[in-house]
Amino acid sequence: MARSVSTNRKLVTTFFAWAVGLAIFFPILWTILTSFKTEAQAIADPPIFFNFHWTLENYVTVQERSNYFRHFWNSVVLSGGSTLLGLIIAIPAAWSMAFVPSRRTKDILMWMLSTKMLPPVGVLVPMYLIFRNLGLLDTQIGLVIVLTLINLPIIVWMLYTYFKEIPGEILEAARMDGATLRSEILYVLTPMAIPGIASTVLLNIILAWNEAFWTLNLTAAKAAPLTAFIASYSSPEGLFYAKLSAASTMAIAPILIMGWFSQKQLVRGLTFGAVK
Amino acid sequence: MATKHSRASARIMISPAVILLLGWMLIPLSMTLYFSFLRYNLLMPGMEEFTGLTNYKYFLTDPAFFAALTNTILLVCGVLLVTVIGGVFLALLLDQPFFGQGIVRILVIAPFFVMPTVSALVWKNMFMNPVNGLFAHLFKFFGLEPFDFLAQAPLASIIGIVSWQWLPFATLILLTAFQSLDQEQLEASEMDGAPWIKRFWFIMLPHLSRAITVVILIQTIFLLSVFAEILVTTNGGPGTASTNLTYLIYMQSLLQFDVGGGSAGGVVAIILANIVAIFLMRMIGKNLDA
Repeated sequence: MARSVSTNRKLVTTFFAWAVGLAIFFPILWTILTSFKTEAQAIADPPIFFNFHWTLENYVTVQERSNYFRHFWNSVVLSGGSTLLGLIIAIPAAWSMAFVPSRRTKDILMWMLSTKMLPPVGVLVPMYLIFRNLGLLDTQIGLVIVLTLINLPIIVWMLYTYFKEIPGEILEAARMDGATLRSEILYVLTPMAIPGIASTVLLNIILAWNEAFWTLNLTAAKAAPLTAFIASYSSPEGLFYAKLSAASTMAIAPILIMGWFSQKQLVRGLTFGAVK
Repeated sequence: MATKHSRASARIMISPAVILLLGWMLIPLSMTLYFSFLRYNLLMPGMEEFTGLTNYKYFLTDPAFFAALTNTILLVCGVLLVTVIGGVFLALLLDQPFFGQGIVRILVIAPFFVMPTVSALVWKNMFMNPVNGLFAHLFKFFGLEPFDFLAQAPLASIIGIVSWQWLPFATLILLTAFQSLDQEQLEASEMDGAPWIKRFWFIMLPHLSRAITVVILIQTIFLLSVFAEILVTTNGGPGTASTNLTYLIYMQSLLQFDVGGGSAGGVVAIILANIVAIFLMRMIGKNLDA
């Protein structure tokens, strides 16, 4: 039975919850607002909240001066490419671990997870040298490979926890009806696994889009995604608040929207199924 | 149930993932280990020679290492303290019934999706800047001297920025844990007249303990590697005041081109991360049996 809550208490909770929520969200809101101001209005004291002359000129300037969309496209290629490549490698692996478990399945899963614990800086030097010697520095393909590898354990784990929930009897029935392994995966398993795969894709795109160690260290100008592009605003362009805000707003908007859609699956993916 | 045939194909299907991750682990790791025993600087090519443990000796006795280690521990513990305590209270608040629950939830988790370079720059320039930042305006409004956060309290400022990014993560996981709390147990204790604080301490907190452990362990793994936030705000300075281990090794490897020294630092970082990882793996491994 649900507890009945007095309207008074509900109103008080509403007030506090909204106050805290808005306070936490404020830096993002402020960035979005500032991106529509002129530079003078952006640093005005006292600060201007809504009653300013809304303008889009910052967005135009950012694109003109720095070829913003190339970096945006790099982010799309890196996160999309690494997610696709990761899925191609992880789906068969997760399938076999979920449906044909062996004595070593648990060990393999734990070992995969342990690769995620490797601090990236521990292999910074060799990765930098390998990339330099193979001519992969500042290339999209090089970063797609690295991002795929660092997120592969999470993809395998997430898919594994979703596949585990698909009843094995259905697969057996398909097998008895004479389905081959290929058609079993293609026509029976995949349709049932689509929701799980979709949330894995979402989470992985978010992680790859925001990855800011390898993208900062292995790119320069050509293949730099938005993380590295924004870092170049560190100084002195960063002091042009309105332009910084416009560049930032465009960089976070797509992921913010995706993130809101995937908030439930996020918990499961980021805790490797330890909290559902 | 599984036939020999399906077992063989299962092995084939799993092998690409295993081989790739094995390569990803073994090749760079063994290179790091190998370089750490060499005198090897990219500015002096062809001068490489075996030096035994010299790199380790220099790295571990460098005063910057001690500073970086202290900063790393302070950064990790500071952020954990803020996010876990803040997360418990936020989860408690958001779990109550109120108007607009869905929207507030969305507002609260938003910072987690902001890329590290954006959040660091927005905080650095638009909030913490001593001339034009919002905090400076606020201080002046109350008649106070503006405070130069990143120059006078660099590490604390970075802890603040990183906490803002990770608070949503802790909140989201703790909220999920709250929602699986046995409501009847709570009601029973309420009817028995248990005060709120006792219900919180004896029923809610024990129920959350698992989720809190998971939050601590996973955040620690990520927080040991905080990098972008330091790069765009303070560059580790002033001096080494906000240099963590990751940043120190980055400076040594890619700014001073000291491959040997940077690799020795890398090995030290790996050993430290492994200590944390062992605990995390045990937790998750136990869950796998259940």
